[in-house]
Amino acid sequence: MAVSTLQAINLSRNFGANYAVSDVSFSLEKGEVLGFLGPNGAGKSTTMRMLTGNLAPSDGSVKICGIDMVNEPKKAKEMIGYLPEMRPLYKELTVDEFLTIAARFHKVESSKISKSVEVAKDKCGLGHMSKRLIENLSNGYQQRVGIAQAIIHEPQIVILDEPTVGLDPIQIREIRNLIKEIGKKHSVILSTHILPEVEMVCDRVQIIDKGSLVFNGSIEELKKQRRGNKLLVGFTKIPTKKELIDIPGVTQVDAIDNTMCRIHFKEKYLPAEEIVALSVKNKWGLFHIAPDITSLEDIFVQLTQIKK
Amino acid sequence: MIVNIARKELKSLFASPMGWIILALLMFGFGFLYLDGVNKYFEVMSGSIRPAERQGITIFVGQNVYGAANFLMTVAIPILTMRLISEERRSQTLPFLFSAPISLTEIVVGKFLGMVIFLGILVLYIFIMLSSMNIWADIDFGYLIGNSFGLILLIGSFCALGIYFSSLTSQPIIAAISTFIALFAMVIFGNFTASDPGHWFGHISMSKHFQSFTRGVIDTSDVIYFILFIVTFITLTIRRLDSDRLTG
Repeated sequence: MAVSTLQAINLSRNFGANYAVSDVSFSLEKGEVLGFLGPNGAGKSTTMRMLTGNLAPSDGSVKICGIDMVNEPKKAKEMIGYLPEMRPLYKELTVDEFLTIAARFHKVESSKISKSVEVAKDKCGLGHMSKRLIENLSNGYQQRVGIAQAIIHEPQIVILDEPTVGLDPIQIREIRNLIKEIGKKHSVILSTHILPEVEMVCDRVQIIDKGSLVFNGSIEELKKQRRGNKLLVGFTKIPTKKELIDIPGVTQVDAIDNTMCRIHFKEKYLPAEEIVALSVKNKWGLFHIAPDITSLEDIFVQLTQIKK
Repeated sequence: MIVNIARKELKSLFASPMGWIILALLMFGFGFLYLDGVNKYFEVMSGSIRPAERQGITIFVGQNVYGAANFLMTVAIPILTMRLISEERRSQTLPFLFSAPISLTEIVVGKFLGMVIFLGILVLYIFIMLSSMNIWADIDFGYLIGNSFGLILLIGSFCALGIYFSSLTSQPIIAAISTFIALFAMVIFGNFTASDPGHWFGHISMSKHFQSFTRGVIDTSDVIYFILFIVTFITLTIRRLDSDRLTG
């Protein structure tokens, strides 16, 4: 069993009568990249603020490597690097000055500060920006400074709240690679509402909706849910439903339009070859056959609407 | 950790022209008062021939300089302290401090100390300026040290009030205006009951407590007044930030 570095136990948070997060429990294993997924206003940021000690939970507790966030906040916070949604940068300072301050605040030994600033800059590709004022950096570079600030003290856990929002596609790709890189050494929690991002970067996914977890599993499980036992088939002369259902393994046939239909089949059967053979024999004019993949978006919608 | 926060605060103050400008204007103001004091001293003293009418130059010039500190600080400190917390609130940099292993007390006390150290430069400057009279006169250093101490306490109280108002809002300007009004009230309270020096209303006035310093007296009750004032507002600020964490 892997060591869990972060544990959230029955976390709840209400603002007045509204529950922003209710009864959320999960744990993060060492060296894992956990994607935290959810529509806007689902409680992602609230959860992250509670995990980092920026917001007191109404109920439940957070343990960082076994240390309780409420009872020993200083010790627990030492092990976390956090980049909130709005990057907290002192824009009147230069990159070097800001990172030095971040290192000092996170109790990096004074003899090691300049080295850890260099390492963090190197990792985030900020080497040539050292003497620039943060104010004058582009959006993407400011985001990198934000990430550098979160990893400067080599924390066990890095928590990034929507790190790719508002960046252009090239920057997004660079930041994603950076997150993957960070994930090799640290545990990472990453929140986002962009689905492909999760697939590219994360090992495990959690989907949160209206304050509670609706899915928690590996990226493989999510992909399996996508694939399903379905084929999307197209014929120029579409056969009758009966003819298709008679093929061994086929359970259901849904016609989509005049030429396309969706064929559901049982586990372990793969009727593709049978369909092709029959099509050649009966001149159905097969022009398309492919596994029918539900898009991540559809799964997401399914999962978030189950409760309704 | 407190020292690190204070260092950050000082760095931010000197990274913008604001810090430099205010410091320069204040130095100009105090320099002018000093020059004015020295000039007046010769005018007044040349008229008073009898020894009983004569007064030492330290007290004469010192009162001119330190006596006005009250007023100058009322104007300058709100402009300096307004950013302390409200600016962080506005640009959403507070999570940076909150998620670092630093307690709220350390954050607030650090910011407060940073501000006091910044204005301490001014106190030191005034001390050096007045000491320069020693070149041709024999001045009373005890008086200068006592006054510098009083001025530091006054600055501390003003800053504590300023940081509290700054923690209440995310608009620095609102923080500045409310701090100014509060400080102005604190300073002029005493004038309302000037005819009755024993009135309780006079006792809560800051100028009354500062006045004894400008006479060269260090009274423990004045020192305690200022320290209580500082501790009260620092505590209120910490409570205010803690309620951010609790209520979101």
